[in-house]
Amino acid sequence: MDITFVIEKFILVAIIFGISLVIAMYSTYAERKVAAFLQDRLGPDRAGPAGMFQPLADGLKMFMKEEIIPTHSNKWLFMVGPGLAMLTACIGTAVIPWGSAITVGGRVIPLQVTDINVGVLYIFGVVSLSVYGVMIGGWASNNKYSLLSAIRAASQNISYEVAMGLSIIALLLVTNTLSLKEIVEGQHGWHWNVLYQPLGFILFIVCAFAETNRAPFDLPECETELIGGYHTEYSSMKLGFYLFAEYINMFVSSAVMSTLYFGGYNYPGMDWVLLHVGPVIGPLIGTAVLFAKIFAFIFFFMWVRWTIPRFRYDQLMHLGWKVLMPLAIANVIITGIVIAIVEKF
Amino acid sequence: MEPLTSKKKVLIQKPLTFAERIYLPALTKGLSITISHFFKKEATIRYPEVQREMSINWRGMHSLKRDEDGRERCTACGLCALSCPAEAITMIAAERKPEEKELYREEKYASVYEINMLRCIFCGLCEEACPKEAIYLDGPIVPSDYLRKDFIYGKDKLVEQPLVKK
Ligand code: SF4
Ligand code: SF4
Repeated sequence: MDITFVIEKFILVAIIFGISLVIAMYSTYAERKVAAFLQDRLGPDRAGPAGMFQPLADGLKMFMKEEIIPTHSNKWLFMVGPGLAMLTACIGTAVIPWGSAITVGGRVIPLQVTDINVGVLYIFGVVSLSVYGVMIGGWASNNKYSLLSAIRAASQNISYEVAMGLSIIALLLVTNTLSLKEIVEGQHGWHWNVLYQPLGFILFIVCAFAETNRAPFDLPECETELIGGYHTEYSSMKLGFYLFAEYINMFVSSAVMSTLYFGGYNYPGMDWVLLHVGPVIGPLIGTAVLFAKIFAFIFFFMWVRWTIPRFRYDQLMHLGWKVLMPLAIANVIITGIVIAIVEKF
Repeated sequence: MEPLTSKKKVLIQKPLTFAERIYLPALTKGLSITISHFFKKEATIRYPEVQREMSINWRGMHSLKRDEDGRERCTACGLCALSCPAEAITMIAAERKPEEKELYREEKYASVYEINMLRCIFCGLCEEACPKEAIYLDGPIVPSDYLRKDFIYGKDKLVEQPLVKK
């Protein structure tokens, strides 16, 4: 391992970290703008041109707020909670292939921090971990609303992970690999997995909504029943971290969905483009395409949030266990049978 | 027990149809409704810069009127204060001196006239009560402020600007 390799990876990590933070920051702005447009309003438009500096103003506000740590809370865990939420939200980006490799001066630079051969499992593990931030925060607050919310978050995540895992299994039957890089390369051009796994994709996106605690599955933050949910007791930037982590989660799950089902950085006609614009610009166009897909998903997340009312808790459990899980199992079986038949003939 | 009305209606909860149970048709319908609003013109008025047109019987800030010679019309009779349901008006009357004939129309005038804009409900009863047609609620929206005392408007803010003599 030479020093340039370390520097190269370090720069890549820094860039990806920076990009995900900026995207999360502007997601808060986009969320308010999208909400406003969907409701025939204008949204924030006072800070800077068209309200562009609103996220900065919000961040500043969060920092300036008084920080309150309740006396009866478990102080150590109370502080760990938001950090953990941020950490688990950020590390998911490590295995996502952001583009095909760039060749600069004879050196091939892959636009992926690490291509571990069990990338899908890694993503899955990180997603499961993300509930710890919520759990620890809710428990450490020593507040019944927070605790209820944490329990809800945990049971919701566990329930939907099952269906999510099963829908991924069907995908893996199609792709024959666990490495995200190879999954993306298998979807060259327009051979996107969503064409082979439409049901699997619908199941996955529903589960992704549940895993990121977004509406209509935002029961842990259900204001009508639980005040603020798990972050009731949080203030200042700790609260900011929780809100921020939600947006990073949204970004990461959008990236995962684009990668697994929508061909990542592949787009129809990419070979022609790659041939004509060279080995640096070509992959970067692919990256731009990937980001376009991610933004489309983020927009979809917001669009759904401002359309559908929240599920009731029993409906949530019913949907998770009695609808999504059987469907996912059926999807696995059908996929298996179809693949067996196709291979036979 | 006998039913109390003949309008009794037995409510039957219909089981959800398959299309309703899979949520997706309703979901796409909802999504298409919201997205159609995405492209509609917003109803927002950017308030301080743009102002909505007021109706002709709009009641805003009070103004104390002058007559055609530029003299204050108010005679400090107190009828406005009496009629005010919010008790927002106070005044101190004074007698006009001979050299002040140019300033006040009547022999008695209000040396102090104050309206507390935080109390006022803009009902317009003061306008109706006034026998001298001295007070009208024809001004703009009362602006916001930081301190309660700044909402007590005296004659400096209420009395109309004098006519410019040519
Ligand atoms: S408008 Fe109504 S409330 Fe206001 S000062 Fe006149 S009478 Fe009183
Ligand atoms: S404003 Fe009219 S009602 Fe009020 S004190 Fe003056 S003259 Fe009388």
